Amino acid sequence: MIEWFTTVQVFVALAAGILCLVVGIVGRPPNDLTLGAIVLVELLLVAQLVVTIVAPIVGNNPTGSLGEFYIYLISALILPVAGGFWGLIERTRWSTVVLGVVGLAIAVMTYRMGQIWFIQGTP
Amino acid sequence: MTGVGRVLVAVYGILALAATGRSVFQIIDHFSLAPVAFVLSAFSALIYIVATIALIAPGRVWYRVAWTTISIELAGVLVVGTITTFAPGLFGAGVGDPFGDNSTVWSTYGAGYLFIPLVLPVLGMLWLSRHKPASVAETSAAASDTAAKA
Repeated sequence: MIEWFTTVQVFVALAAGILCLVVGIVGRPPNDLTLGAIVLVELLLVAQLVVTIVAPIVGNNPTGSLGEFYIYLISALILPVAGGFWGLIERTRWSTVVLGVVGLAIAVMTYRMGQIWFIQGTP
Repeated sequence: MTGVGRVLVAVYGILALAATGRSVFQIIDHFSLAPVAFVLSAFSALIYIVATIALIAPGRVWYRVAWTTISIELAGVLVVGTITTFAPGLFGAGVGDPFGDNSTVWSTYGAGYLFIPLVLPVLGMLWLSRHKPASVAETSAAASDTAAKA
C-alpha cells in the first residue's frame, strides 16, 4: 500500500459518500454526477488492488495480515458494483442515498485496510 | 419494500457482508485464540444475513422472521457489548478492543462499526412496526375491534 494514495482514496470515498447522501436527500434519482463519483471510487479500488498485488513482490509488505486485508478489499470492490446496478434499476432518490451509504462504508473500509497494512503489526 | 426501507436493507446487507467476511477470516486464521468470540461473530453474521432477506421478502412469515432476527440482534449487541466492555476476559484475549483482531461486530456495543450495530436494530424495529404486511394489519385491526366491542 502507498500511504498518500490510501489517504486520497479515503477522502475521495468520503466526499463521494457525502455528495450522494446530500443529492439523495434533496430528492434526485442517481444521475451522471452521483454514479460518476461512485465509478471513480471503484476505479481507485481497482488501482489499489493492482498496487497491493505488486507491493509485496517489490518488498512493501503489510505489517498485519494480508488475508484480512484482501477480505476488506474484495468486499469493498463488490459494493459500488452492487450499489451502481441498484441505482440503474431502481430510479428513486433512495438509490442515491444507498450510493452515499456505499461511499461512506468504503471510506471506513479503506481506512481499516490502511490500519492493517501500516499499523496493525504481526498478530 | 419501497422508499427509505431500501436504505435499511442496503445497510443491513453491508453489515452482513462485513460480519461474514470478518468471522470467516477469524475462524480460518486463528480460531483457537478466542473461540467463543468467533462463534458469536459467525452467529451474528448469520443473523444479519437472515434479517436482510426477511426485510426484503414479503408476507407475514418473513415479517415474523424479521422481528425475531432483529430482536436477537438488539439482545446480542446489548449482552455482548456489556460483557466485552466490563468483563472482556470472559471471551478471550483482546476481545475488549473494538478495533482489535479478536473483536466481533457486537463487541463494546459495536464501537468498531461506528455503533451502527447498536442503532440499526432500533431503526429496523421502528420500520417494521410502521410497515406491517396487509394480513397482519387486518388481524390486529380485527383484534382491536373485538376488544372495543368487549
